[in-house]
Amino acid sequence: MPSIHYDIAHMLGAVVLLMSFALLYQRRLSSIIQVFAAQSTVLAAAAAWQGYIQDAPHLYITALLALSMKAIVIPVALNRVIQKLRIERTVDTALGVGPTMIAGVSLVTLSILLVLPVTPDVTALTREDLALALSVVLLGLLTMITRRNAIGQVIGFMSLENGLILAAIGVEGMPLIVEMLVAFAVMVAFIIFGIFFFHIRERFDTLDLRTLEDFRGERR
Amino acid sequence: MAFISLCILAMLVLATVGAARPWFSHAHEVVHAGMALTCGAAAVAVLARLAANDSGVETLTLPIGLPWLHANLRLDALSAIFLLAVNLGGCLAAVFGWSYARHDAEPGRVLPVFPLFIAAMNLVLVADDAFVFLAAWEFMSLSSWLLVLATHREDETRRAAYVYLVMASFGTACLLLGFGILAGASGDYGFAAIRAHQLEPVPASFAVLLVLLGAGSKAGLVPLHVWLPLAHPAAPSHISALMSGVMTKVAIYGLMRVLFDLIGQPLWWWGAVLAVIGAVTAVVGVLHALMQDDIKKLLAYSTVENIGVIVIGLGLALVFKASGVPALAALAMTAAMLHVLNHSLFKSILFFSAGSILTATGERDLNQLGGLIHRMPATALFCLIGAAAISSLPPLNGFVAEWMLFQAVLNGPLLEQWELKIGFAVIGALLALSTALAAACFVRFYGIAFLGRARSARAEQAREVDPVMLTAIAVPAVLCLVIGVLPKLAISLIEPVNRLSVGEGMFDAGGHGGWVWLAPASAFGNSYSGFMMFMTILILTILAVYMIHRYASNRVRRSIPWGCGFTDPAPLGQYSASSFAQPIRRVFVSQLFGARDIVDMPAPGETRPARFELELRDPAWDWLFTPVVKLVGWIADKVDHLQFLTIRRYLTLMFLALVTLLVLVAVSQ
Amino acid sequence: MIFIQALLAGIYQVVQMLLVLAVAPGLVGLVRVVKARLIGRRGPPLIQPYLDLHRLLRKEVVLADNASWLFRVTPYLVFTAIWLAAALVPTFTTALALTATADLIALVALLASARFFLALAGMDVGTSFGGLGSSREMMIAALAEPAMLMVIFSIAILVRTTSLSMIVDFMLDGEVGLRISLALAAISLLMVAIAENGRIPVDNPATHLELTMVHEAMVLEYSGRHLALIEAAAMLKLALYMALIGCVFLPWGIAQPGDGPLAILIGLVTFVLKLACGAVALAVFETSIAKMRVFRYGEFLGGALLLSLLGAIFLYVSTGL
Repeated sequence: MPSIHYDIAHMLGAVVLLMSFALLYQRRLSSIIQVFAAQSTVLAAAAAWQGYIQDAPHLYITALLALSMKAIVIPVALNRVIQKLRIERTVDTALGVGPTMIAGVSLVTLSILLVLPVTPDVTALTREDLALALSVVLLGLLTMITRRNAIGQVIGFMSLENGLILAAIGVEGMPLIVEMLVAFAVMVAFIIFGIFFFHIRERFDTLDLRTLEDFRGERR
Repeated sequence: MAFISLCILAMLVLATVGAARPWFSHAHEVVHAGMALTCGAAAVAVLARLAANDSGVETLTLPIGLPWLHANLRLDALSAIFLLAVNLGGCLAAVFGWSYARHDAEPGRVLPVFPLFIAAMNLVLVADDAFVFLAAWEFMSLSSWLLVLATHREDETRRAAYVYLVMASFGTACLLLGFGILAGASGDYGFAAIRAHQLEPVPASFAVLLVLLGAGSKAGLVPLHVWLPLAHPAAPSHISALMSGVMTKVAIYGLMRVLFDLIGQPLWWWGAVLAVIGAVTAVVGVLHALMQDDIKKLLAYSTVENIGVIVIGLGLALVFKASGVPALAALAMTAAMLHVLNHSLFKSILFFSAGSILTATGERDLNQLGGLIHRMPATALFCLIGAAAISSLPPLNGFVAEWMLFQAVLNGPLLEQWELKIGFAVIGALLALSTALAAACFVRFYGIAFLGRARSARAEQAREVDPVMLTAIAVPAVLCLVIGVLPKLAISLIEPVNRLSVGEGMFDAGGHGGWVWLAPASAFGNSYSGFMMFMTILILTILAVYMIHRYASNRVRRSIPWGCGFTDPAPLGQYSASSFAQPIRRVFVSQLFGARDIVDMPAPGETRPARFELELRDPAWDWLFTPVVKLVGWIADKVDHLQFLTIRRYLTLMFLALVTLLVLVAVSQ
Repeated sequence: MIFIQALLAGIYQVVQMLLVLAVAPGLVGLVRVVKARLIGRRGPPLIQPYLDLHRLLRKEVVLADNASWLFRVTPYLVFTAIWLAAALVPTFTTALALTATADLIALVALLASARFFLALAGMDVGTSFGGLGSSREMMIAALAEPAMLMVIFSIAILVRTTSLSMIVDFMLDGEVGLRISLALAAISLLMVAIAENGRIPVDNPATHLELTMVHEAMVLEYSGRHLALIEAAAMLKLALYMALIGCVFLPWGIAQPGDGPLAILIGLVTFVLKLACGAVALAVFETSIAKMRVFRYGEFLGGALLLSLLGAIFLYVSTGL
């Protein structure tokens, strides 16, 4: 494999990870959505590039799906949700930015430490891709934990999905079916969350989940 | 060896002279002059030995102690380098104390114990069996405890002494158990026997853990550091310098004697644990130092930081030694040993300066000082050198050790374990953070105490201290500069230690580079030259001064300060110690230590003053010590019931204990 | 032959010292011109910084009554320390006489020395502005310096050296390729450079009467030749950081030992071009972004530190070292 193939795939994967960090760092809802759109775009590019390297045309379809759904449709829809609901634009974070970022770096370190020893005999590209993908998944989870706002949590969930797709495209010979399923899962989740939002909003006049916790009597 | 023993004997004689003070009018002079000479002679003797690159070993058996158990003493390179640090520090402290201790209210409390303290430290360093080692160690603890109690009339001192006593006993107990494991079933406590005895990994690890707890509590490793900033500042300043600059090094010696000598081939993770503890200690120590307003407390916390840096070096050396790369281990070890010497030098400067400030103004609170550079110019100059050196600025000595330590960290990728590779990066980041914070800390210390305008009347009326005290500050300041500019001089002294502890010298692999360049082969071709840097800066500065004064302007006019047009007549409008630390407090400390600023601002029209309070908590107290104290209290409550039993019940207890023991014996056979 | 090479290295070193001194004010002038044009002003002429320095040098010094000797010595120390640091970074050739004196770590420490003395001088007169500047400067440095050392760590893992000349030689060989770690390191270094030079969004070099200023508050009491030296040092520092970023991440054009006069000429031209590009980029960046609140600095620079740490960690994945 020529080194330029490796270099570009490496670069794209890393940019996806960087975007995950940007998601963790952002505080405003609209920027969070923008960063997510950017992450999905880069993911689409990564998928297309993998399709070219592995000579696997189905990956182009994956790229197209990621681009259309995650980079365009969902962000636009979420923006409309924000406008429609007229919710406040800044998100409450449960943890300060500093500790969150330190936690993020520790998670990346952890995933590298996990992936490297168990994959000594695969190519450098695959092991790196897996390490990156696992990091993105963990960071997505972290984003979900540290956001109090429902939209922030949805974005964190979908960023986690992006990590799964990143892992899937990096492994040669993964059939299209899986990716279709992933795409559908996201769509379903999106629809469910959409309905969910409207219900919460109707009940409580806010998307802040603390209100829900109050309702369940968890907070004293 | 015999000479060192004579020196220790001389110190003990001086201690009796000190005890005879009520009947002997010149005791003060005799003790201090005698200590200065004795320590100086001992330092010169070991210096000559190290400079001759002598890796030999001298032993001596004294017929003291139990009839079948003589005291074994031994002098090798590792002992020698620490003897150098101890006796150099002791000599300087004696000179400083000659003048300083005259101002003491109760000199009789310090005079007999001061020689005893230094003698005990010397004895720890030459001990060759666990009995002598532990006895000397305990002597060292108790004599320093007495020195802490010298100003026992203050409440805070009594608390400090109490905490110190508890921690010292805990430390000695751990060491005792550790040596017990090291000696094994044969029970031979001579170091030669322990060295010959190879332990299995599990008991060896337990021994390492116990020694780490024992020596670490003396050295002030986090989280066992809590006694140190209480106890060190409570003693008179020259004793504080000894405790901070020297006694902590004796603890480091104990750690090294076990880890690099007695235990044989180490396991890699011991080094990793050591390095991580060191990194945490460095950062926590310097953050605490940044928050202190009391100059001696600040310096004590800074000692915690520097001990952390030394322990990072030892940890890296241990990892490299265990991984079979002795050249790199030698690099890290040299950095750690150089930092041991450096720290005893600049900590002496800084504690002596604090003592001078205390003599001149009677104040220890930074917020009452200011502007001392005008009134104490010589102290200010030497203290500036000390502050710059401890902040690791080139071309001074602190930077040389820092540079070598970073070179060692940069070699982390050569190791096999993934944890170590990544861990080295993190340790490097923490080390860099602590260095940068140390610079901030000493800008604060120096800027608030010596610069600006006087914040109190006593600071306004300060006078320069006498020449004897100044000499004691000047000598280490000059040494800091010399070691910084020509580091090879000090590093050549460390080579025998490297051969003894890691099996190879730093320059054994080549890359000598003459006396100007510091270019060890293990630092992959990187080089540094304090001499060239110093000369270039000197030449360029002279050039710049000459050119500007010759061709541009050299006129000066004095005027009132500009201050953007805001002339504030009251010196209280200056930045204070707490306000200087505020940005760093907000960024680093508020989440870590739960620091809170409490501002009480009266409403307009109210006549009470505005108040500002700062609340700081040490997590080590909250999470470790308070629960332990509670637990001990609870157990004591329960055990208390035992005092009120009938005789029949006491007999029952004894009987049960006897039966249990017999059952144990039966089962274990 | 060796003698001639040593002689040439010495000559190049002197040329470099004069070169950085000569171009540094022009660089600041260019940034100011481009910024003015971008917001629709004509702006000062390019040579304005030279004229400013000249004017300041001829003026008398107005010292505060209670200024100490430290206050008067600091400008010279700061100027020479930064000048020496700037002379250590390869600009047009790597064959420099002083290159073995200090590696990147020593360079960072040299800059730290300059900062240490400047911060002390800020506290010397005892006005509240000086203390404010010093305190914030040290807080910024406390995060920026480790971030920079971590960047160095990443580079050192990759090229196995911290000597600047050897780094440039290695990068010029082109065996490095695109690397995520280098990209992270570059971003982190840019953030550090912005903070260390007091540019927007961390500090604003154009303000003198605002509570958010850092560097300008620290040097508020300086005047005349002392101020000229400090301004010159700040300009040199900007040139130094641009040269550093240029020589590590865009090393093309720098001559290597043994190259002929043509390569030296190319090196000189590319160096000036790199600085010009850097100036334009800085101006564009500064006009397009808003100043940050003081207590966001911690997050900004903490981000830089973590990015550089991430870069160092990622090297192990990609190189399999």
